[in-house]
Amino acid sequence: MFEMIESVFNWIQSQYLIWTVLKIVVIVLPLITAVAFYTYFERKVIGSMQIRVGPNRVGPLGLIQPFADVFKLLLKEIVLPTNANRFLFVTAPVIALAPAFAAWAVVPFNDFLVLADVDAGLLYVLALTSLGVYGIIIAGWASNSKYAFLGAMRAAAQAVSYEIAMGFALVGVLILAGSMNLREIVLAQQGGIFDWYWLPLFPLFVIYMISGLAETNRAPFDMAEGESEIVAGFHVEYSGAAFAVFFLAEYANMILISGLTAIMFAGGWLSPFEGWPVIGDTFLGQGSIIWFLAKTVIFMFMFLWYRATWPRYRYDQIMRLGWKVLIPITLVWVMLSALMTVLGIVVKGS
Amino acid sequence: MIVQELIFYAFSLVMVFAAVAVITVRNPVYAVLFLVLAFFSAAAIWMLLEAEFLAIILVVVYVGAVMVLFLFVVMMLDINLVPLKEGFIRYLPVAAIVAVAMAIELLMVLWSRGRFGVDMFPVPPPHSADYSNTRELGELLYSNYLLPFEVAGVVLLVAIIAAVALTLRTRPGIKVQNPSVQVRTRRDASVRLVKMKSEKPRGA
Repeated sequence: MFEMIESVFNWIQSQYLIWTVLKIVVIVLPLITAVAFYTYFERKVIGSMQIRVGPNRVGPLGLIQPFADVFKLLLKEIVLPTNANRFLFVTAPVIALAPAFAAWAVVPFNDFLVLADVDAGLLYVLALTSLGVYGIIIAGWASNSKYAFLGAMRAAAQAVSYEIAMGFALVGVLILAGSMNLREIVLAQQGGIFDWYWLPLFPLFVIYMISGLAETNRAPFDMAEGESEIVAGFHVEYSGAAFAVFFLAEYANMILISGLTAIMFAGGWLSPFEGWPVIGDTFLGQGSIIWFLAKTVIFMFMFLWYRATWPRYRYDQIMRLGWKVLIPITLVWVMLSALMTVLGIVVKGS
Repeated sequence: MIVQELIFYAFSLVMVFAAVAVITVRNPVYAVLFLVLAFFSAAAIWMLLEAEFLAIILVVVYVGAVMVLFLFVVMMLDINLVPLKEGFIRYLPVAAIVAVAMAIELLMVLWSRGRFGVDMFPVPPPHSADYSNTRELGELLYSNYLLPFEVAGVVLLVAIIAAVALTLRTRPGIKVQNPSVQVRTRRDASVRLVKMKSEKPRGA
């Protein structure tokens, strides 16, 4: 019995294509489930921050709520606005979703669990996060609606501006780690919580999280939706399954940014207690996928925390913050991180 | 090898189709989207050439930033297609001359390296797994080509300043917000708390 399973297993491993597809499924399925429960988590967290209960009717503690939402959305009619561009209207959500999932290809879950261990991983991530905005722009234009179009314009300007700050924040990481391979970036941060890059690159760490908020169009930077001004922004005309896909893309992007923050600035799968006396010798001192997931969840929680805490920015202030505050700070800190490397203040892998 | 060739032909076909569509489709927004598709396919083909840095930078810079702004502008324009197509016959001879000149230039470059054929362009040896395209490019740019690189940087800076200077105009009589003053504002500047005795309701 065991031999048969083993031989089947070996055969699958020898078939490169099938093996890769299996790996993709193993990454994507938990991701979609995580998105479903992230919406539940969001409603519970924001509920308790606003002294409410949150969803508690469907299933124990309301845990089945996300599935109820999904089925409701899937069974609803997709309304096509008059004179909308049918083809682009339907493709836009898919264009928004694809990069959010594709970027996970280079994310290392631990030292060996990674779909594609490529050298230009950081660049690949930057390229894919910059593609997500197409879904929003095309949705806004194809809807043939002025609110949707206004939302799309805002999203486009915002994404292009904050991409620069985000890119520069990652350049700092790149200089310290000396590699664009995400696995090597994590390995360069070895040595406990004070060796991770959030400490030497603290301003870049903060700026990366702020730009991440702006890139994913989340509060307080959710100008693309801005329901108090432009109804629901770019997806105002979307309903049913098409809306669900936009929703999926937004939350998948938030999880992705959280995971990337964990990798770039918080040591990925490495343990914070590495090399500490007593606790460093137990299993807590070992790097594992659990640490990576825990860090990702912490950053995911922060996304919700921001939303419950801050009111929406005014649009001109968003632009001012991006161009006149964040980008100059990143420029200075990139130079400083180069100095830190040259002077040997931050030595990689120590 | 056969897989690589299949990928190459697939992306080449898509690219040629997209490039033709850019100039033939009637809707300018479609034209921009086809241009994006062409860039993307070109990036994929560069990837096959093991030029992963250039390929991804093409996507980051052109697809991710330049084309977004392009789309931004084209969507806002109210383009009437009829007057655009009016002078087609009149400009055809000039366009034909320019096209022929460009074709001849391309051919001359190819000719100077010998005739066409696979044997004229041997397959470059594949690089080892630890070969880093990015590192190689960086080392060349910051050593051999440092001066041209710096000059290009200065030229771009001049272009940025020129663009800002051309569009920046100060109009008199416009109220502008000063965010740093707004942030520094104190409660006392706008709110005055008045202490007063509580009034008795009338008739009590």
